[in-house]
Amino acid sequence: MKGRKGLLRFLPLTAILFLLAGCGEERLTALDPYGPQAQWILDNMILSLYVMALVIIVVFVLYFIAVVKFRRKPGDDEIPKQVEGSKALELTWTIIPIILLIILAVPTVAGTYYFAEEPPEAAGSSGEEEAEEAAAEAAEEGAVVIDVTGHQYWWQFDYPQGFTAGNEVYIPVGEKVWFNLTSNDVIHSFWVPALGGKIDTIPGVENQMWLQADEPGVYKGKCAELCGPSHALMDFKVVALERDEYDAWVENMSQEEELPEENTVASEGRQVFEDQGCIGCHAVEGQGSAQGPTLTNFADREKIAGVIDFTDENLEEWIRDPQSFKQGNNMQAYPNMSDEEMDAIIEYLKTLSVEDGE
Amino acid sequence: MSTAAATKDKSVLWDWLTTVDHKKLAILYLVAGGLFFIKAGLMAVFMRIQLMTAENDFLTGQTFNELITMHGTIMLFLAATPLIFAFMNFVIPLQIGARDVAFPFVNALGFWIFFFGGLLLSVSWFFGGGPDAGWTAYVPLSSGEYADLGLDFYVLGLQVSGIGTLVSGINFIVTIINMRAPGMTMMRMPLFCWTGLVISILIVFAFTPLAAGLALLMLDRLFGGQFFIPDMGGNAVLWQHIFWIFGHPEVYILVLPAFGIISEVVPAFSRKRLFGYTAMVFATLVIAFLGFMVWVHHMFTVGLGPITNSVFAIATMGIAVPTGIKIFNWLFTMWGGKITFNTAMLCASSFVPTFVLGGVTGVMLAMTPVDYLYHDTYFVVAHFHYIIIGGIVLGLLAGLYYWYPKMFGHKLNEKLGMLMFWLFYIGFHMTFFIQHILGLIGMPRRVYTYLEGQGMETMNLISSIGSFVMGAGILVLLINVVYSAFKAERITVNDPWDARTLEWATPTPIPEYNFAQTPQVRSLDPLFYEKMHGDGTIKPAEPMEDIHMPNGSILPFIIGLGLFTWGFGMVMINMENPIIPPAVVIGVGFVLTFGSMFIRSIKEDHGYHIPVEQVKKIEKEVS
Repeated sequence: MKGRKGLLRFLPLTAILFLLAGCGEERLTALDPYGPQAQWILDNMILSLYVMALVIIVVFVLYFIAVVKFRRKPGDDEIPKQVEGSKALELTWTIIPIILLIILAVPTVAGTYYFAEEPPEAAGSSGEEEAEEAAAEAAEEGAVVIDVTGHQYWWQFDYPQGFTAGNEVYIPVGEKVWFNLTSNDVIHSFWVPALGGKIDTIPGVENQMWLQADEPGVYKGKCAELCGPSHALMDFKVVALERDEYDAWVENMSQEEELPEENTVASEGRQVFEDQGCIGCHAVEGQGSAQGPTLTNFADREKIAGVIDFTDENLEEWIRDPQSFKQGNNMQAYPNMSDEEMDAIIEYLKTLSVEDGE
Repeated sequence: MSTAAATKDKSVLWDWLTTVDHKKLAILYLVAGGLFFIKAGLMAVFMRIQLMTAENDFLTGQTFNELITMHGTIMLFLAATPLIFAFMNFVIPLQIGARDVAFPFVNALGFWIFFFGGLLLSVSWFFGGGPDAGWTAYVPLSSGEYADLGLDFYVLGLQVSGIGTLVSGINFIVTIINMRAPGMTMMRMPLFCWTGLVISILIVFAFTPLAAGLALLMLDRLFGGQFFIPDMGGNAVLWQHIFWIFGHPEVYILVLPAFGIISEVVPAFSRKRLFGYTAMVFATLVIAFLGFMVWVHHMFTVGLGPITNSVFAIATMGIAVPTGIKIFNWLFTMWGGKITFNTAMLCASSFVPTFVLGGVTGVMLAMTPVDYLYHDTYFVVAHFHYIIIGGIVLGLLAGLYYWYPKMFGHKLNEKLGMLMFWLFYIGFHMTFFIQHILGLIGMPRRVYTYLEGQGMETMNLISSIGSFVMGAGILVLLINVVYSAFKAERITVNDPWDARTLEWATPTPIPEYNFAQTPQVRSLDPLFYEKMHGDGTIKPAEPMEDIHMPNGSILPFIIGLGLFTWGFGMVMINMENPIIPPAVVIGVGFVLTFGSMFIRSIKEDHGYHIPVEQVKKIEKEVS
């Protein structure tokens, strides 16, 4: 919990649940929602808790009275009255639960449809005119649709502007952002607890979901479906920016590659990056393949590979032996790279920022 | 025609290997299931040690994944199922007044096939590691591209042990429908027999899709099939449907007999008949029926669309109604009774509030959009452990303490029993209650570690300590078993608990033929009825005659061994450089299995008769 203040949260009803909810720059817990979806989930969870508390209280009270009152005293050999049952009681505890369940079923169905909302382009497909109108409206609003691809063990985010980001997805604040999700290998599950629900990314299937962040900030995301030895380490981040900052970020990400100045350590690093074949998997600003995470804004990231603190030492160790951090990941190890090459490549990687360009 | 005397010169080992007696098979199930339970429990302790602190490196991600997979698979297929079968085998024939199950040979066959299937799964540790794709084995993670040999052992091991479960299920259906004593009508059957019947039907309908699914996965993995491989036109979601069409009823296959045990133990120690017997029977049937209609609630986040998700959400909520009926009927059974709190009753009665806690989270999970939060987090882990431990294991413990004197001729020590109960119960809540919250603050399930600074350290530590306390409880149980075996007073009376049902009308220890004369049943709770309205003994429905008994046979063991060999040979197809060609091993397994079946088919075996004089002599000895 270092550097973050512990916040005692009191969850209504369940007085025994005192929670230490981590709060700070990286928002994680679903008990502290930052978007309409997460808020909806929390509200309805509390509704269901109230209903369930009613059930629990009734059962527990009956149970404890029965257990205390109807104990057999030593030496008491009397046979209690043998009761067959009671139709009235059976009906009572059939009908009341049905009513309680209806109270929960209505928001459940409503919420299922609310969460399954489609982006404005697809909506209103009943008439051609309407569709065109909707599309135009969407374009005006600039609805953001991001393609998400799960990989063992990282996340690829393709933006409609044609660039790709890895492990950190930037979204504008205060509007619904749509995600089209699939996977490149096994099934993963895309989950940002503080913003909303999760959905699986399945190879051969395209799923869709939307999320909305109401405040700028960094939201932690996790893979929620077992995907291999490093499943636990498949974290990502959602960075929510104000719309103008977001537009600027998109602008910067879309720019052509700026190579480092000649004859600097960083330019040597760029050479190493090509010679060692890094570029064969890691694209920078559209140059290179996308088998591994794109590194266009690598230096802006808070973590290496989603989970490791961003320091030169960790970066070196990661390049030399990625398996020691994330077992089973697909990155090639470079144990024999010389120290100069390593320094150069680290220097180069640290120049890969789109924020500096502003 | 041989006599009973002929069986006496057999060695003890040979006797246990060849037995077809339902009471001995029950003990075999109990021991085998108990060993698997301890093994999988230890795996859970290792996992909790790993998760005790953030970024711990006690286990690697790979080992951890093998442990979660084996823990889940063993607990459900090789621990809970056989332990349920142990009690069903022992109790059901006695409760319906039968001399044995309908097909004693098939009963032994079911045990040995299950056992060898479990063994096949377990030997995976010696060939490169256990399966690692979770007990649900979702493709593509479980496909040939991503998973090693362990998954082949999983597929073949479960396939073999599934056959055992399936034949046992069929045997129980026939037994319960055909072997009831005169007067034991369906609506006079104890609830444990009812749940036994219902889950046997569930087994027939649920284990068959599993067998089909495993066969497809086997074809994919061993013979280059592509049912589940998206790149080749297969469908990754298909496996999930098949698995959960089996997997959800499986939960009821395990929990309904636990309900049955509770419905036996609570009336016995409340000295009161089960409240709302008819409603309980119908609630069981409704739960079983709905159990097949809700599998998609395990797949809400797969993206099947709002229509599918809504329908299955509402169906899932529906299950709460019959379950609620059961809960209240148990409460009202205790209400107005004279309750004796021994260990069996403590386990059975504390089951009620505990199971409610698991049940309400079940309803919460049915709310689809909120499930988008809960799904695949520790909230779900907490939920199903409340169902499985708070429901099934407490039920099994209640049954163990309750039927132990009938099975082994002595009670378990009560003081150690109480100690076990409180350790286990407190440890259980400590381990799992807090996991609900862990899920909500963002801890996905099946993670081998978690990063520092996410507020998860304290709760995980508490959870781990709780699991050690639970483990201590089980250790006390084991000590109790050994201690009581040597120190406990031998039971000579028929009915040490002053109970109500027919199994307590048999002498202790039970002669191999159970009832010298088939009993005449006059009511629900027949023994209690005779105590109230008769002289406390069950009246016979037939004169004393020679008793026809089945012969023991080694063939079930050999068929099990044959299927093990066959399965191992199949796995060898995927091994690099097997010493023996796989085809040879497969062939040996094939010959053993079908050869035994052939021998069984052509060899006439009419069993033997225990002459009436000997029956009279035995009856005099035991009474």
